[in-house]
Amino acid sequence: MDIETFFQNQNNKKQLKILTCGSVDDGKSTLIGRLLFDSKNIYSDQISQTKIESEKYGTQGKQIDLALLIDGLQAEREQGITIDVAYRYFETEKCKFIIADTPGHEEYTRNMVTGASNSDVGIILVDATKGILDQTKRHTFILSLLGIENIIVAVNKMDLINYDEKKFKDIISSFKNFSSEFNFNLQKFIPISALVGDNVFQKNSNTTWYNEKSLIDELEEISLNEPLEEEIFSLPVQFVNRSSSDFRGYSGTITSGKIKVNDEVQVFSSKEKIKIIKILTPKGESDFAVTDQAVTLTLDKEVDISRGDLLCSVKNHYYFLSDQFASHIIWMNKEQMIPERNYIFKFINFQTIGKITDLVHKVNINSFEKIASKFLNLNEIGYAKVALNKNTIFNPYKNNKKLGSFVIIDQFNNQTVGAGVIEHELRRASNISWHQMSINKNVRSSINGQKPCVLWFTGLSGSGKSTIANIIEQKLHKLGKHTYLLDGDNVRHGLNKDLGFTDVDRVENIRRISEVSRLMVDAGLITIVSFISPFKSERKMARELVEIDEFIEIYVDTSIEECEKRDPKGLYKKARSGKLKNFTGIDSNYEIPSSPEIILETKIKSAEELADEVILYLKQYNKI
Amino acid sequence: MKLSHIDKLESESIHIIREVASEFDNPVMLYSIGKDSSVMLHLAQKAFYPSKIPFKLMHIDTTWKFKEMINFRDEIAKKYNLDLLVHINQEGVQNNINPISSGSKIHTDVMKTQSLIQALDKYKFDAAFGGARRDEEKSRAKERIFSFRDKKHRWDPKNQKPELWNLFNTKIDKGESVRVFPLSNWTEIDIWQYIYQEKIPLVPLYFSKIRPIIRRNDMMIMVDDDRLKINENEKIERKKVRFRTLGCYPLTAAVESDATTVEEIIIELLDSKYSERQGRLIDNDQIGSMEKKKQEGYF
Repeated sequence: MDIETFFQNQNNKKQLKILTCGSVDDGKSTLIGRLLFDSKNIYSDQISQTKIESEKYGTQGKQIDLALLIDGLQAEREQGITIDVAYRYFETEKCKFIIADTPGHEEYTRNMVTGASNSDVGIILVDATKGILDQTKRHTFILSLLGIENIIVAVNKMDLINYDEKKFKDIISSFKNFSSEFNFNLQKFIPISALVGDNVFQKNSNTTWYNEKSLIDELEEISLNEPLEEEIFSLPVQFVNRSSSDFRGYSGTITSGKIKVNDEVQVFSSKEKIKIIKILTPKGESDFAVTDQAVTLTLDKEVDISRGDLLCSVKNHYYFLSDQFASHIIWMNKEQMIPERNYIFKFINFQTIGKITDLVHKVNINSFEKIASKFLNLNEIGYAKVALNKNTIFNPYKNNKKLGSFVIIDQFNNQTVGAGVIEHELRRASNISWHQMSINKNVRSSINGQKPCVLWFTGLSGSGKSTIANIIEQKLHKLGKHTYLLDGDNVRHGLNKDLGFTDVDRVENIRRISEVSRLMVDAGLITIVSFISPFKSERKMARELVEIDEFIEIYVDTSIEECEKRDPKGLYKKARSGKLKNFTGIDSNYEIPSSPEIILETKIKSAEELADEVILYLKQYNKI
Repeated sequence: MKLSHIDKLESESIHIIREVASEFDNPVMLYSIGKDSSVMLHLAQKAFYPSKIPFKLMHIDTTWKFKEMINFRDEIAKKYNLDLLVHINQEGVQNNINPISSGSKIHTDVMKTQSLIQALDKYKFDAAFGGARRDEEKSRAKERIFSFRDKKHRWDPKNQKPELWNLFNTKIDKGESVRVFPLSNWTEIDIWQYIYQEKIPLVPLYFSKIRPIIRRNDMMIMVDDDRLKINENEKIERKKVRFRTLGCYPLTAAVESDATTVEEIIIELLDSKYSERQGRLIDNDQIGSMEKKKQEGYF
């Protein structure tokens, strides 16, 4: 075969991304090993290496353990389980496959979601000896949630049930029973044995009753939806290309539709209309470009466009500009999701601060029941309302996976803590507008001869916050200043008496206090807040509610040993004996401020001296 | 128009390269002179055309690379007007660390891994592109495209950030960094097809020629300079050989071959029975050795 024909064939091959999922011992790695082995995509040195390892870790006696070809990481080889997403590549005459191999255990749901996010087809493995398990249901649900349209249910280990047709049919009907509400375009059932290779590549005489295609034939024939002619063009601007000369181009990957030179498009946020002059594709300058191409466009006029903007067809009904939307969220972190806490939301070409305002329900991913809940734990999926700090462009996930998906990042430890798919917009935010009053903060505070601010005390219980805060308020009062002291314990008797001490309630406690202190600052008062406020993110939220120079964070630095020794309310004693749960410093975390405006060390100075330090600070910064 | 498999890979890689240029303050592209690096460099030029690549390239020179590699590197840098840094671990040089008497493990650790870490610290790069592919080696198959490294440049395979859709978490703290692998989803045959279609220049060592070799540990090692001491039982032969992968010359095995063009290499590859990393001595030090090296900071 000459090389040109070879490449012609290569270029005609379809690219198919597949995900294998199933319960822990259903034989996923064996199946993938079988696919690689039978498609002759394994080199002989890899086979001999695997033989060496089979003797050490294998589960197939003298035979080569195909799963060991796949289980890449040392820990997995030792434990015999797949703990992360591994990507594998093989090809046949018609197709180039990229397989995401993901773990079966419930505690690795997040890895499965990761693998599913980039897949076209899901292969759900069912162990013929066990039938449909909770995991089968969970995986089917996740595939449906992530918009995977083609699924193949491979009933594995048929060799162990003597290729019994009736058992196979029973599994099909129980699968259909639970999955009736999911909308898959294509749903196929194939009896296989990955271990011996039945119906994977070759049809097998052991299953003469099975008249349909083998797994690989079925995969090769799946047709992916080609972009529709009339599909809306969209290009999230990723990078602005400005060379030293007068070149200015807008780069990004086309997420839907196509574009031609001279087409008119709009900058979605400003609705400004522009014309395409040049299209630079990876293959050079071109008259047109299509979905999935990474391009650079030049335009007929200079407009203000930067990373985060979206260029799209002038006519489009799907996109919306809003700061709120409803979405399904998959939680991926050990620390639970807390409503009203600020997180970073990263979309295809921008990121912004936002929060999950309401968890409408969470889903029992094994029974699909909707359950009322305030928060999500690791691997849980919920339906929630999200509010962002700024108006942003969206398209529901079902219309465009790339514009309708996001990940959630913790702003302190930078972990990817969750992921979401947008269902629809919420308009509520834009319907409530802010009334501008004639008498404002500046007018109010000028009468008092002071600049309003928040003195936010944070520290362990018993550290001396309230004592010092009380002295400061007295001193300010003597100076004729208008103040208000919000004390943690006192507020819990009224405004916050419905809240307990779980992490979720602590966050809500601080959110309310932050809002109240914002109102007090607006009223022109020097507002003193004395709360344990253990979490960085809530202190940051309080800080962001007022102007930059209006928030003075005061860390009352007293060690836990010292607080416990003082124990003015006897709380530490109770907590130690287990009578008091979720006590900060004992069984609930206190996050020390990294850069507070003031640190008060109670070990060195008296409360009176420390209060004077704060007064001095206020004078230095012209607050009083 | 339908995009081919290679077209899709090409655009995906360009997207990744642009994402790094947009989200990081001080990225660098690690250029190893090999075929994968050549493809990565070619993609970076496309990503920013007609502008220059907006970041530096860096070669970690172990001082034991083939002479032809170094010549090629300098030619390419000149031809494309690249901003190329070359870093050598001088401490290693002073201690006479070398692949022959120190052994492959120590040499690779000091002159590659530690040298890379030195350079990353010296220039304070927050993102470093590498040309690794997931089909090369089993532990690479599980690595993210944006792979986080802590302040000591370590990789923690059990604590990788989930990577969904094409959304990449680029948030790091000061002193931390990411390694970015734009070629993650390419296979060896994809790389060769792309080199052929795009006419990407390669180091001549990839093409067969009569070269002086000795046989050691069942491998053919090229005698590239007089630092390779020939033992009594060894003799220099002149063989028609080429290299499937390039590294330090005493650690890189030649294969007998008649392939003198990219077309012939591809045909040879299609017939071949051995995967490309077999030509590298370092992987077989011990089972799982690549994974260990990566945890220590190796690419």
